[in-house]
Amino acid sequence: MKTFNYVIKDEVGIHARPAGILVKEAKKYQSKIVVIKDGKKAEATKLMSLMGLGVKCGDPVMIEISGEDEETASRNIQAFFENNL
Amino acid sequence: MVRFLGKSVYKGITMGKVVLFDKAGCQVKRGKIENADAEVARVRAAVEKAKKQLVSLYDKAVKEVGEASAAIFEVHQMMLEDEDYLESIDNIIRTEKVNAEYAVAITGDNFSEMFAGMDDEYMRARAADVKDITNRLVNNLYGHEEIDLNGMEPSIIVADDLTPSETVQIDKEKILAFVTIHGSTNSHTAILARMMNIPALVGVPMDLERIYNGMTAVVDGFSSEVIFEPTEEVCRKAQERIREETEKNLLLQDMKGKETVTKGGQAVKLYANIGSVSDLGYVLENDAAGIGLFRSEFLYLGRSDFPTEEEQFQAYRQVVQTMAGKKVIIRTLDIGADKQADYFNLAKEENPALGYRAIRICLKQPDIFKTQLRALLRASVYGNLSIMYPMIISSDEVRKIYEIVAKVQQELEEQEIPYTLPEQGIMIETPAAVMVSDELAELVDFFSIGTNDLTQYTLAIDRQNEKLDDFYNPHHKAVLRMIQMVVDNAHKFGKWAGICGELGADIDLTEEFVRMGVDELSVSPSMVLRIRKRIREIAF
Repeated sequence: MKTFNYVIKDEVGIHARPAGILVKEAKKYQSKIVVIKDGKKAEATKLMSLMGLGVKCGDPVMIEISGEDEETASRNIQAFFENNL
Repeated sequence: MVRFLGKSVYKGITMGKVVLFDKAGCQVKRGKIENADAEVARVRAAVEKAKKQLVSLYDKAVKEVGEASAAIFEVHQMMLEDEDYLESIDNIIRTEKVNAEYAVAITGDNFSEMFAGMDDEYMRARAADVKDITNRLVNNLYGHEEIDLNGMEPSIIVADDLTPSETVQIDKEKILAFVTIHGSTNSHTAILARMMNIPALVGVPMDLERIYNGMTAVVDGFSSEVIFEPTEEVCRKAQERIREETEKNLLLQDMKGKETVTKGGQAVKLYANIGSVSDLGYVLENDAAGIGLFRSEFLYLGRSDFPTEEEQFQAYRQVVQTMAGKKVIIRTLDIGADKQADYFNLAKEENPALGYRAIRICLKQPDIFKTQLRALLRASVYGNLSIMYPMIISSDEVRKIYEIVAKVQQELEEQEIPYTLPEQGIMIETPAAVMVSDELAELVDFFSIGTNDLTQYTLAIDRQNEKLDDFYNPHHKAVLRMIQMVVDNAHKFGKWAGICGELGADIDLTEEFVRMGVDELSVSPSMVLRIRKRIREIAF
């Protein structure tokens, strides 16, 4: 399993549209990708549960990636967060 | 036959078939089923159909209101792909052996409750999106056609309420009238109805369960009533009145190309109010001499981030170029109070109408203001543009604005970006601005009186509060005296003064305004020819 921490920089947080883009990205990988905020977990492939976390700008989140392609997934998802969120 | 009284938004009369825009949806009934696989398959089909509907809605909205406002339909598509949502529907069907409609409705309730319970206001608003996609699925399952007026005859739209995103979906050619239970005379539906010259009633206490598609109805904006299933007698009378109105409107067409001048030779500048680039057609069609109020906040609303300088520049340039040398007065950002955009992160206020809004935001957050000013100064090169600042209460504010404008000019110069400095005027919409209008007249190029806010602030009456309707007198002497004072002070310094609020289109006051010396009236495009006719009848 791979993990990384990230502090949301996007001023709207993981709102509807950014969440949707994240879902699309996460679905590219076989690995299970989980976003954790304050102990609450949401799979990155599930839009509503992701939005349900209510992640705002400045919130720290942890991302867990586990599965066969976790190496690439972790690298790419981390880059995705830095570029989009 | 059933009659209901409401508030009329536009004086016109029409008769036609009803199309019920029923958001609350029909009551979903729970039913037992035998074949769960078949129900699940129905859900799949409904989802696929919904996705296709959303793709075409998105395309339509991009063309009509721009990409940013259309994004909501993209989000809806993504929500329809949500695994949890779809799984929940399947589970309910399989474990409870219930029909697809019921499973979808329950799932929708559960998910929207989750959003409704969140502490973030933006997220709470997403509950409405979940309801929206849920209703779409239920309608598809029941085989109810979506409001797709493309193949239908022009109809009367009856609804609980209509949001901007709903009105976008309706082909404007196919609307005879709007009748809604909720909504104020300042709502989006009201503005649209005035723009389109169609009768509209809001605040109509109807029972939607007793109204169905295809019912005949008469909507009378003069008597503010809607009559469902009218008797033959009522139909005949209505048809007669419709014919009379059509004739009157045809006569109005004669007013096109004529000057707006009284019999005594006093000329009045007759301009139109618009809220988006797509309203330009109405301005040209009704032969307005210019645009007296372009509400720029519509560039800011219904999107998730600030419009860029380039987006604004393109919109402003398009307007001034289309108007080809005619005056275009663009009001800077008037957000706050009843107009909200989430990304501004405005705090909740006890008294939003007396709060952080309009020019106050611009002066406190000059970066937002400068972006708009840059776009305006650049677009000014392409036509006859003027800038108007809202919610002014003192000359100090005007001086501060000028300092910011000077900085913007300097920056544009340094960057060698072409610009011109347009005429700059202010809205007079606070009693304070009226009282110091002599000082203000020295500083600015023109005044435009915003009578809606000026009346609300002067009479201390909240426009949105229906209970106060009995106290609200739009012709109150206090407001009329203020208008006189503002006009006199403008003229003392050789400046012009106009009216861009609803009062400007009040035909009962047109003569009084002309006598007061009001130089300009800016009204909804649909009122331009009527006001011109009225002015040409004045002996003065």
